[in-house]
Amino acid sequence: MTRDLDLLLPSPHPVELIDPTGRTVAEATRELPDDAALLRAFAGLTTARRINDQASALARQGRLAVYPSSHGQEACQVAAAQVLTDDDWLFPTYRDTAAVVLRGVDVAEAFLPLQGAWHSGYDPHEHRTAPQATPLATQLLHAVGVAHAARLRGEPTVALALCGDGATSEGDFHEALNFAAVFRAPVVFLVQNNQYAISVPLARQSVAPSLAHKGIGYGVPGERVDGNDVAALLAVLGTAMARARAGEGPQLVEAHTYRMQPHTNADDSRRYRQDDEVAGWAERDPLARLETWLRQHDLLDDARLAAVTADADQLAARMRTELAGDATPEPAELFAHVYATPTPQLVEQAAVVADELSREDAHR
Amino acid sequence: MTSTATTGHEKLTMAQALNRALRESMAADDSVVVFGEDVGALGGVFRITDGLTAEFGDTRCFDTPLAESGIVGMAVGMAMNGMRPVVEMQFDAFAYPAFEQITSHVAKMRNRTRGTVSLPMVIRIPYAGGIGGVEHHCDSSEAYYAHTPGLHVVTPANAADAHRLLRAAIASPDPVVFMEPKKLYWTKEEVDLGAELPGIGRAMIRREGTDATLIAYGPSVPVALEAAEVAAQEGRSLQVVDLRSIVPFDDETVCAAVRSTGRAVVVAEAPGFASVASEIVARVTERCFHSLAAPVRRAVGFDIPFPAPKLEHVQLPGVDRVLDAVDDLQWDLS
Ligand SMILES: Cc1ncc(C[n+]2csc(CCOP(=O)(O)OP(=O)(O)O)c2C)c(N)n1
Ligand SMILES: [Mg+2]
Repeated sequence: MTRDLDLLLPSPHPVELIDPTGRTVAEATRELPDDAALLRAFAGLTTARRINDQASALARQGRLAVYPSSHGQEACQVAAAQVLTDDDWLFPTYRDTAAVVLRGVDVAEAFLPLQGAWHSGYDPHEHRTAPQATPLATQLLHAVGVAHAARLRGEPTVALALCGDGATSEGDFHEALNFAAVFRAPVVFLVQNNQYAISVPLARQSVAPSLAHKGIGYGVPGERVDGNDVAALLAVLGTAMARARAGEGPQLVEAHTYRMQPHTNADDSRRYRQDDEVAGWAERDPLARLETWLRQHDLLDDARLAAVTADADQLAARMRTELAGDATPEPAELFAHVYATPTPQLVEQAAVVADELSREDAHR
Repeated sequence: MTSTATTGHEKLTMAQALNRALRESMAADDSVVVFGEDVGALGGVFRITDGLTAEFGDTRCFDTPLAESGIVGMAVGMAMNGMRPVVEMQFDAFAYPAFEQITSHVAKMRNRTRGTVSLPMVIRIPYAGGIGGVEHHCDSSEAYYAHTPGLHVVTPANAADAHRLLRAAIASPDPVVFMEPKKLYWTKEEVDLGAELPGIGRAMIRREGTDATLIAYGPSVPVALEAAEVAAQEGRSLQVVDLRSIVPFDDETVCAAVRSTGRAVVVAEAPGFASVASEIVARVTERCFHSLAAPVRRAVGFDIPFPAPKLEHVQLPGVDRVLDAVDDLQWDLS
């Protein structure tokens, strides 16, 4: 089946529903999400921002081994979690811990890997949330597989797969688009284009008209959206999810956003970008923009804001206690899950470790 | 072979020594080009390529799109056409997308063209543990490459060797997988960059000893040296061999060392099963059987995925595991 090129082409400008000053965009191409959805998104944004701030602080204190902050990208995090039903699957990256928590994973489990645990933390089946992927773009194919299996099994599942702008250069990104298209798998790919892959700016990553255009060659429709406008994200992702669920195949959504902080707390971004560039994007902050809009529409007052903030504070407090970093992992467990049944060699090796550790303890 | 350009003693980290080697090679030969992820303005996540773009321009040291298969595949083509690419894989586990290019093309090109196409290229890979890295940032991947005929596999354990061996790798007519132990990047030491050191394919004795031989490479060399120090205090004299080069393997130096003591332990971080350490045990046993007073032992990582980083001390062979293995060398029988 060949597709009409017009149906595949992204709109010339990213979809925007609420502009950076917090006003409704007049000539908007999509309907605004309803008030309840926007209020929920605001609570999500507040929570996500708090998660970022708290996790960054914990990383500075050495409580987390490392933290790749999504500060500035919270609208993408929130929308990604909010458009999913319980049937759906989320495929997050290392930068998407906020989305994982908003999906329902407990912070104590979500942050385990960043604390330095040997495993990926939570049970992926419990919240239909894949382990956060670090090897770039690899998870996109898994999303296609989960979605394809769901179709074969007659389930209403849609997989939402996240990746960054840099990851669109990896072969797996392209293979995932093609597989999804050929199998008409119910997958939505959300590229958070935060303008950088560590130090490499988008201009050195790709000279395509946009990242959303990358779908065309595979027959996957592309859409561009203001990644700091949670209303636009909810609208665009919501439509894409609905299309996929209705059997109309995959879609590629590129969200234009910005990584406000260094790649991780270990990175030195002064080596490759200017402060005024960062300052420019601060004016497009996703949180401030929705707050202004909600207040203008009498949906938010100080009391309501205080309640939302208190919830976020409570979560941050839980992060501080849960991630205090005192828990000592059990070394024997290292040998328990390599295979369904440990090999005879692993059984022997577990005994060696136990012996080494008991002698160490005796030494103390 | 002598390395040119730098002479005299100075204090350098391994990272600085590698940077120096790149600089010197680039200055000496216009066909040497450096590329990879974040190697330009940032100078690499470990700063090994720091300042190269500023000094040589962005046609000589440049960032690529984020794709390891692309990086290595393009390097193959550039090497086919008169250049000497030195590419950086950002971390051990992130080199895997390039595995196809490395095993099917980098390793095989000379052979399948009956020697008419050579690939003078270097693939630099920061590897192994000890830096507290999270998931996917600390693999010991040397065996994959060592198992692939056609690749040289080199791994320095100190700054002087890092400099010497990287220069030799860049000058080599064959592709070299250059494995850099991350945990040694920042160790500062007095080095004489002008000193004459053996090239690729030669091991070196790092410490003389008479009772048993520790055979180590890369990140495990300092562990072996520390173990030898502790053993000396306990009255046992351990010799330490640093392989420097896994492929080609220096049977001569290793076997002479083992024959001189009659006992050996191989120390390596990688999981022991089907590993470089296994190969060393096999070679030493085959060649030195009649000189051995005990089976060759291994102090290696367990056969589990690398547990980063809270339990990495459980996985990595430390002094105790090495000395346990030494204790098992049937001393009461001799
Ligand atoms: C296959 C692979 N190569 C390299 C890396 C190292 N790395 C981690 S994040 C990153 C940049 C990714 O950029 P992007 O896709 O834009 O996502 P962002 O970090 O900006 O969210 C790189 C190179 C990796 N994780 N996986
Ligand atoms: Mg990015």
